[in-house]
Amino acid sequence: MIDFAETRDLAAYVLMAFGLAFDLVGCIGLVRLPDVYNRLQAGTKCVTLGTFLLLLGVVVRFGLGAMGWKALLCVWFVAMTSPTAAHAIARAAHRSGVPLAPVSVLDRYREDGDARGGAEEHDAVHQGAMP
Amino acid sequence: MNALELLMAGLCLASSLCLWRAWLGPTAADRAVAVDLLGILMVGFCAVLTVQTGRDLYMVVGLAWSLVAFVGSLALAKHLEGRRFDD
Repeated sequence: MIDFAETRDLAAYVLMAFGLAFDLVGCIGLVRLPDVYNRLQAGTKCVTLGTFLLLLGVVVRFGLGAMGWKALLCVWFVAMTSPTAAHAIARAAHRSGVPLAPVSVLDRYREDGDARGGAEEHDAVHQGAMP
Repeated sequence: MNALELLMAGLCLASSLCLWRAWLGPTAADRAVAVDLLGILMVGFCAVLTVQTGRDLYMVVGLAWSLVAFVGSLALAKHLEGRRFDD
């Protein structure tokens, strides 16, 4: 006979262990990759998924009670806010002139800005107008 | 050492890697990325603490933390871009 309480604990711990693995891989990527855009890429995606799995561990452990719904709400907040913040930081880094790593081969965002008149766009930013 | 203490130790290792990047970071944008990730990791800490103690409180802290970290990251990004905060 399967003991369901223990099975549920085990499933929660397995989920949380996977979440920790994703967090660690993301942070190793944050330390090891060459420039800020690569670091953002590795860090944000891995750490967001790792936090999802940790919070889903809470949901599995306690069921859909008061705590489980709070954990699901937290998952939703992280899913909405983390990509937005990463996008804002990447855009700000590019506009403040952080260079790409020397091994990079393509910069579509700068090409796009040059096509529309890069200098004008830069001035518009400093006057506070949204492009 | 039980499973939850191992989870806490692993999260501490991940946070110290983030802090290492914030300490090194050649540009200000690197530091902003590291602080942003640290904010998301703290929500994971809150999840582990919830399972460890079985108390509702830590999940509420995690909820608030995720939103406050978001506002902080946006403010840092805006400052990096050279815009004023009331744009």
